[in-house]
Amino acid sequence: MRREHRHASATWRGWVLWGLRRAAGGIGVLWAVATIVFVAIRLIPGDPALAILGGPGSQASAEAVAQVRHEYGLDRPVLVQYAVFLGRLASGHLGDSYAFRTPVATLLGQQLPVTLTLAVLGLVVAWVLAVVAAWWSTQRGRFAAALTGALSVTASVTPHFWLGSVLIVVFASALGWVPAVSDGTAGGWVLPVVTVAVPVAGYLAETVRDGVVDAQRSAFALAARSRGETRAGLFGRHLLRHAALPGIALSAWAFGSLVSGAVVVESVFALPGVGRALVTAVTQRDMPLVAGIALVSAATYVVVLAVADLVERVVDPRADGGRARRGGARAPRPGRGVAGAR
Amino acid sequence: MSGIAEPRLQADASGAAGGRSERFRGGTLGPAGLVAAGVVAVAVLAAVWPALLGGGDPLAVHPERALQAPSWTAPFGTDESGRDVLARIVAGTRASLVVGVVATLVGGVAGVVLGVVAGLGGRAVDAVVGRVTEVAFALPLLLVALVVIAVTGPGPVPAMLAVGAATAPGYARIVRGLVRTARRSQVVETAVLLGRSPARIVLRHVLPAALWPVVAVATLGVGQAVVWASALSYLGVGTPPPAPEWGAMLADGRTYLQTAPWMSAFPGLAIVVLATAVTVLGRAVRRTGAVR
Repeated sequence: MRREHRHASATWRGWVLWGLRRAAGGIGVLWAVATIVFVAIRLIPGDPALAILGGPGSQASAEAVAQVRHEYGLDRPVLVQYAVFLGRLASGHLGDSYAFRTPVATLLGQQLPVTLTLAVLGLVVAWVLAVVAAWWSTQRGRFAAALTGALSVTASVTPHFWLGSVLIVVFASALGWVPAVSDGTAGGWVLPVVTVAVPVAGYLAETVRDGVVDAQRSAFALAARSRGETRAGLFGRHLLRHAALPGIALSAWAFGSLVSGAVVVESVFALPGVGRALVTAVTQRDMPLVAGIALVSAATYVVVLAVADLVERVVDPRADGGRARRGGARAPRPGRGVAGAR
Repeated sequence: MSGIAEPRLQADASGAAGGRSERFRGGTLGPAGLVAAGVVAVAVLAAVWPALLGGGDPLAVHPERALQAPSWTAPFGTDESGRDVLARIVAGTRASLVVGVVATLVGGVAGVVLGVVAGLGGRAVDAVVGRVTEVAFALPLLLVALVVIAVTGPGPVPAMLAVGAATAPGYARIVRGLVRTARRSQVVETAVLLGRSPARIVLRHVLPAALWPVVAVATLGVGQAVVWASALSYLGVGTPPPAPEWGAMLADGRTYLQTAPWMSAFPGLAIVVLATAVTVLGRAVRRTGAVR
């Protein structure tokens, strides 16, 4: 009884420590991203005041430039500007977009749900595809394995913008099953979601497949088999559970990859999301908006990484209350998808 | 690694006994690897000597032949200015390969430098580099690339730098781990006991152990880099028109997606085929154990 109680409290403490460590790490990452963005703004050639006034072609008068410079605090020392910038961020102010003249937070509030929907649905579809591929490549003989393997490699290097175009031509123009341009209906989401999901599914499928192959050779698989477990039961209840772990760790990375994909896919399907805004913001040098988007995606990554860690702890009975794993961000498996297929 | 893995090669890869000639013995690449090697060879040929493969001037404008469907005279069709799509794809091979290879080199070299510094440096240096790569991982690749382009302005060279910068942290992380492992290895321990100088130990034992696996990973990265660089062109911040670049061609084709789908289909197919071939070849080479 007493021992149990002690165990419970140790676990509870472990979770709190885990949460604190996660939060501290996350804040550190956000601070670093904010600093990088601040430095990037300074590195941009040209006068930021001119960018605010609409670019070098705007023919702004010297007084207007001077006024804007003062208004935005650009005439103060760099360190003071940095402090002001961080202070505003800490209190939740992302500033106003140069191009849209509206608060970045308002813009992100409109665009973020689109991108997050795309990324989350994309991750779900990618997992479904990956599990189906893992089943095919491990349970259906050599030919299916070879075919699935070739398909996953191809899928993982298929550019989103091309896949999107092909899907539009086939399923929207020729067959007319779904709209080509996202129109807010459920059908309009199908093609964009499939487009972001496929390349990620390629990577996930290989990871999950490797895990299943690994698990097939284990003693627990043999034991389950000898207890009379069916092939599907063995796959679903034992092999997949083992194989899912590296896949879950990879999912956090995959989420970043989905956001990268969303940048392109939103442009292909004319979705009003953060990705499309980012491209416009970069071409127009709208730095507050770039900064806002960078911070939001970094924050999302931090959260997703924490969630992946959490899921991993729940799925993996070996993880104890915070001691089994060292703190810090869990890397995608080295040697795979490195060249930052984020 | 891939579904077309040949189990018999694993013994070859793990057994250190095989001599160099034995490792390169014909057929070890496997059928898929050989096909991939063939595709990459054709691509290299197209990059070095475009006139050999197909023809014509990629920039020659023939308004009277605009938007023609694929035919015997223009197997991949023509674009809105009557330019031959096949000729433009062949001509664009060089741009894509160069971008892919240079971006990978930029990312690889930067990553190796960071990783070696972290692996060899003290605890503090390691912690700093570790944080830096962690932060870089928090940003989606395309976002890093777009921020780099926001600073440099659009163009093919910024696109290479952008993709390189965005991929560097991945390499840094791998190299760091390998250097750390090599430092603790018995080979290094023995060398220290034998009184070898630190510089010699690093150059002779630590670096080679860390570099070869990175070369293997980098071959996989080239395919990815081709895809990302073309994505930047597609978004209008990479290679500017009218230069024939696959991503830029796809962006052009977007306007004519309904009327002239071949304008988009073939450049995209070229990207997929090249990236797949490079990836498969990279894996096949890695499986043979030639780069270990």
